[in-house]
Amino acid sequence: MTQSDKGAQAQYQQALDDGRFLIQKCAGCARAVFYPRMICPHCGGGELAWTSPSGRGTVYSTTTVRRKPEAGGDYNVALVDLAEGVRLMSRVEGVAPRDVRIGMPVRARVIQQDGHGLVVFTAEDETQ
Amino acid sequence: MKLNDLRGAVAVAGVGHAGLGQAHGFTEMEILVQAAQRAVADAGLTMRDIDGICTASVAAPMWAMPVVEHLGIRPTFIDSTMLGGSSFVAHLLPALHALASGQCSAVLVCYGSTQRTSTLSRAEIGRVRKSFDPQPYETPYDPLSPLSSYALAAARHMHQYGTRREDLAQVALAANKWAQLNPEAQLREPATLDQILSSRMVSDPLTVRDCCLVTDGAGAYVLVRADRARDLPKPPVYVLGNATAVWNRQISSMEDLTVTAATESGRRAFEMAGVSPADIDVVELYDAFTINTLLFLEDLGFCAKGEAKDFIADGAIAPGGRLPVNTNGGGLCCVHPGMYGVFIMIEAVRQLRGECGARQVAGAELALVHGNGGTLSSQSTAVLGTQAAL
Repeated sequence: MTQSDKGAQAQYQQALDDGRFLIQKCAGCARAVFYPRMICPHCGGGELAWTSPSGRGTVYSTTTVRRKPEAGGDYNVALVDLAEGVRLMSRVEGVAPRDVRIGMPVRARVIQQDGHGLVVFTAEDETQ
Repeated sequence: MKLNDLRGAVAVAGVGHAGLGQAHGFTEMEILVQAAQRAVADAGLTMRDIDGICTASVAAPMWAMPVVEHLGIRPTFIDSTMLGGSSFVAHLLPALHALASGQCSAVLVCYGSTQRTSTLSRAEIGRVRKSFDPQPYETPYDPLSPLSSYALAAARHMHQYGTRREDLAQVALAANKWAQLNPEAQLREPATLDQILSSRMVSDPLTVRDCCLVTDGAGAYVLVRADRARDLPKPPVYVLGNATAVWNRQISSMEDLTVTAATESGRRAFEMAGVSPADIDVVELYDAFTINTLLFLEDLGFCAKGEAKDFIADGAIAPGGRLPVNTNGGGLCCVHPGMYGVFIMIEAVRQLRGECGARQVAGAELALVHGNGGTLSSQSTAVLGTQAAL
């Protein structure tokens, strides 16, 4: 998928819509890159290849957004560090929002939300 | 020309504000123009003398043009760089260059917003922004913008350094005490630490009392070359240093949520001014949220990383404390019309002129101003001083 007539964002979203979570890796400096870009933010190199991350991650920070029950109730917003060394915003599902803890091991999965693929995380213990 | 040659080359000659709180019946342009007119009059000038303009708007991307049109000026220097709330601190250095080179002779920096009384709701603005300023890697998770980003930074700081909600509340309490001394502050009703701690949680660990106000308001200041400032009515407040740093836009792209680009903007501004944090008499920080004050005190070098909670203990930044911080009551308790940066400049100038009445910091000669924009995304630091500090 390195050669394409679409930009990085469209390629990333297409993969998610197909149920696959991909991140980029720089051919120049070998560092992982997220979010998807056209050049490497670490070395400026232009050769970014798609790769499947392990899906393993750790919660870097977390907040519970308070919302009235009739509007859907409280929900989690988290920053997750992937094992590959990149961070993304997401949410941890399967536990109460306030039980999401910094340092918690989590695993990525792709869901379909509003007609588009989206990466969310599940607490690692619960997936065993 | 070297950057240090600009130290003290330009001074703030006038400040003004308008429409603080609720400006029913006025547009944001109208209160901006009122504030601008007051700042120009305060400088002992007329609008005809203004030949440089710095301004920015939350909503209008071509904002400098209607401002020029409404003021009826023909500026030879225009800077409408939009870096969120830090813009009106970040406008300093380009204006210094323009004034020092002779490109212009009097720069008006101005901002106004009626976000409190506007018929356009913030929810509506949020919807529009999703189209015009998309953040596709954050928006699907529905973080409260910008609140949840600051909440994530606060949560990480608490995890990493043992900062507690009580420490955040101490920042809000200090702001509340300063506001009680400022007749212009919007939230002056005395609050206790318990009241602050038990206020409504919005995005953990931040409650409504950890968040800035939502008000109307406009502010402006006028910059001229130092030699001219000495002939104008008010005591000149010299710009000794200014620097701006941006490392990221989204909170998810911030490398370390406990370290902001203020480390860089602060270092460069102090270097240009030739002073250090220990020399500063009064500090005006952009406190959009209580965590900002802690982060910036650390990042600007007033204390070590992780130690702001100890630094602010026992009312150290409140009235009568060791270091006066946010003496107008801040964005938390004084005023916060969408972007607050121009108001920290105004308060610092008034402190250095000795115009602040009950909240005046006695003998203040050096002020530190620090503006923040986006979600801890842009940082601009300025050092201002009196004639004695030159």
